[in-house]
Amino acid sequence: MNRLLASAPFARSDSQVQAIMKWVMLALSPATLFGIFIFGWPALLLFAVTLLSALFFEAACLALAGRAVKPTLLDGSALLTGWLIGMSLPPWAPWWIGVVGSALAIIVGKQVYGGIGQNLFNPAMLARVALLVSFPLEMTTWIHPAPLFSASAPGLLESFAITFGGAAAADGMTGASLIGHVKTEFSQGHGLSEALNSGGYAFIKSFLGWRSGSLGETSSLLLIGGGIWLMRKKVITWHIPLSMLMTVALMAGLFNWIDAEHYPGPWFHLTSGGLTLAAFFIATDYVTSPNSATGQIIFGAGCGLIVYLIRTWGAYPEGVGFSVLLMNSLTPVIDHYIRPRIYGRDHKGRPLELP
Amino acid sequence: MSLFSSFWQPKKIRGGVHPEPRKAATSDRPIDVAFPMPAMLYLSLQQHVGQPAEPVVKVGERVLKGQLLAIGQGAISASVHAPTSGLIDDIMDYPSAHPSALPSPTLLLEPDGEDRWIDGLAEIDPFSLTPQEVCDRVGAAGVVGMGGAAFPSAVKLNLGRRTRIQTLLINGGECEPYLSCDDRLMRERAADIVDGINIMLHGLECNKAIVGIEDNKPQAYAAMCDAARPHGGKIEVAQVPSLYPMGWDKQLIRYLTDKEVPAGGRAADVGVLMHNVGTAYAVQQAIRFGKPLISRIVTVSGDAVRAPRNVEAPIGTPLADLLGFCGYQSEAVARYVMGGPMMGDALPHPNVPLVKGACGILALTETELAASDAKACIRCSRCVSSCPVGLLPLEMMTRIRAGQLEAAIGYGLKDCISCGSCSYVCPSQIPLVHYFKYASGELVSRQQAQHKAEQTKRLAEEKQARIDRYKQEQAALAAQRKAKSQQQKRGEAA
Repeated sequence: MNRLLASAPFARSDSQVQAIMKWVMLALSPATLFGIFIFGWPALLLFAVTLLSALFFEAACLALAGRAVKPTLLDGSALLTGWLIGMSLPPWAPWWIGVVGSALAIIVGKQVYGGIGQNLFNPAMLARVALLVSFPLEMTTWIHPAPLFSASAPGLLESFAITFGGAAAADGMTGASLIGHVKTEFSQGHGLSEALNSGGYAFIKSFLGWRSGSLGETSSLLLIGGGIWLMRKKVITWHIPLSMLMTVALMAGLFNWIDAEHYPGPWFHLTSGGLTLAAFFIATDYVTSPNSATGQIIFGAGCGLIVYLIRTWGAYPEGVGFSVLLMNSLTPVIDHYIRPRIYGRDHKGRPLELP
Repeated sequence: MSLFSSFWQPKKIRGGVHPEPRKAATSDRPIDVAFPMPAMLYLSLQQHVGQPAEPVVKVGERVLKGQLLAIGQGAISASVHAPTSGLIDDIMDYPSAHPSALPSPTLLLEPDGEDRWIDGLAEIDPFSLTPQEVCDRVGAAGVVGMGGAAFPSAVKLNLGRRTRIQTLLINGGECEPYLSCDDRLMRERAADIVDGINIMLHGLECNKAIVGIEDNKPQAYAAMCDAARPHGGKIEVAQVPSLYPMGWDKQLIRYLTDKEVPAGGRAADVGVLMHNVGTAYAVQQAIRFGKPLISRIVTVSGDAVRAPRNVEAPIGTPLADLLGFCGYQSEAVARYVMGGPMMGDALPHPNVPLVKGACGILALTETELAASDAKACIRCSRCVSSCPVGLLPLEMMTRIRAGQLEAAIGYGLKDCISCGSCSYVCPSQIPLVHYFKYASGELVSRQQAQHKAEQTKRLAEEKQARIDRYKQEQAALAAQRKAKSQQQKRGEAA
């Protein structure tokens, strides 16, 4: 009797942390399965290693901190973190990339702050950026799509050798991601149309996800679908995804209009790199994004702006990880200044004047 | 700026949640008026906001139905009347309808079974009374807010008349789950309610009333529309969206009149006064028929109740009798609640009496409570988007946990209305409202401690000043005496 609520309300909605995590993973599943399909067994092996190590590090940290392991491990947050890291890795990366990524995300990105809900930065993006800076070669080795059971795809044994044995992928299999290719072409003085041509760009292929890239971020179509489903489920709101995508689209549209040969248009940006994954699933992370609607719009727009700046003028071809981390660091500031207006008070908190 | 503000109209409703209504069990049954008179009635002297009433009858005295038993004290208080005829058995401390069941002064009335009314009861024409007389009679009849607040209605009416309010709002929202007493009352006694509204308008010297009814009560809306039709233009019946907490007075005021009550202010400051439909009915009974508030309609519901329904029961009925009447299984009850599940009070046991402000008695099972242990906050900000006031519950909670109560005030702790929307939606099951209630209580006791310390310091300083003054006076007197005796000595010497 005493364990039960002693104070109102005596009714609860059926939303549960565990259910939220489950829905997010369900929404990610189509894009993930598609990624595993087009990149074959090595992708599946890497994904499994990343998930398992994320769970292992979470359990180890909880045990070390003397907390109950089971309830927190079962809430699904560590699994989701591992999932997101797995999706953002190059599909044929060696196993230890997944393990180090999970360790960075769970230990450095989450548990040192005090566990779920306490971290300042998105754990998955922290791991991605740390890996990219530390292991640039492994993190930028992209594979051309070679679907499971197709002639060009490696068999299961061969795949074990790729993921766990350090066997290199065949020469013809690897190449730059489109976004990287365009950047390299620009630096060699080629124009956009030429770069897109030599990169084999086709909008529809990119949109469907038939392109080289990270394990789970190639298919904009499936990611957008999953994101919209999450909105319908009221797990996320439109504020961050829409403002982030719109900002990138507007910037791309503006510069493309100014100089079409040097600035790719909105469609190219929206279907490249990890933008859609980040907009729907990473920037919307509850813990590290602002809690008011207006704050979320500012946050999303900031993410979009930084993505465009890094992609266009930065040293890295892709800027999604950096942009999310940079905006994460601004979240407390946004939350401090952008607050909902309290009923009966003006925006500064003073009581309204009588009419 | 005007262009800007015309673009950014403040939203009519902010926040809110859709709890499962659970009203169907009681809303389709007529009000049960056949509740048998209990063996003993327990009439608390403090059933209202304000000072307790003072008994005017003695133990052993025979009283008639409707007779004044205890008279309201001071500016804010309400009188208590006999719900039936009988014998005053005792005046003692008895467990009250409060989460602690703290014993409070209570009159025990043993019904004699005759149910005989006081003499001189007659129907009068309320509109022959002066507005002041209407307010006085409402006060004398012990009418309080029937929606749960139990604020003395006459005080509100007088305030409204003094401030010349423009609109009387009648709250038929009943947004709390389970409750359907207002719904049933509107369906069955709409004409009486409309009559009561007219009487209140007369007492307020006001000529505009709007009744707000949630759109999940179509029959009540239709009944009220029919009853209000003859008074077209004066009494308007409006549908409002079904969204908890639509019945929060300030939410309803903004929705129906587009006015926003300034923080720290009252509805009357923007020319509006709000009363519950149940109060309108009680006012009608008191003024037209001279019947004081001695009974009320209460929803008895919850999964542990076999035959949930609305019951018209005398004030002072033990809740256990009411629950027993509706067939409850005490072993299945995980929590007794007085009021609705969102804002009601938990009761440790049902052996407390029915009070004027109790709109619901719920016997909830463990499954209905759906309570589980709180987990860590994941900052999902569902509490922010559900808050009808525009607060940041998660930030307030973190500050309170860290003991920074002042910081929590900065996030709007004092504006919290304890509606429970944030706790309801929290996926981590954090009892947010509980934190806010704790913090508000703690701030009050800190304030009192500080006040006490200041008083003690002032008294000590005053005492010291008195001692010093006394010493100075003594010294001055001594010096005077010395001077005098020296003068005398000198005189003798000369």
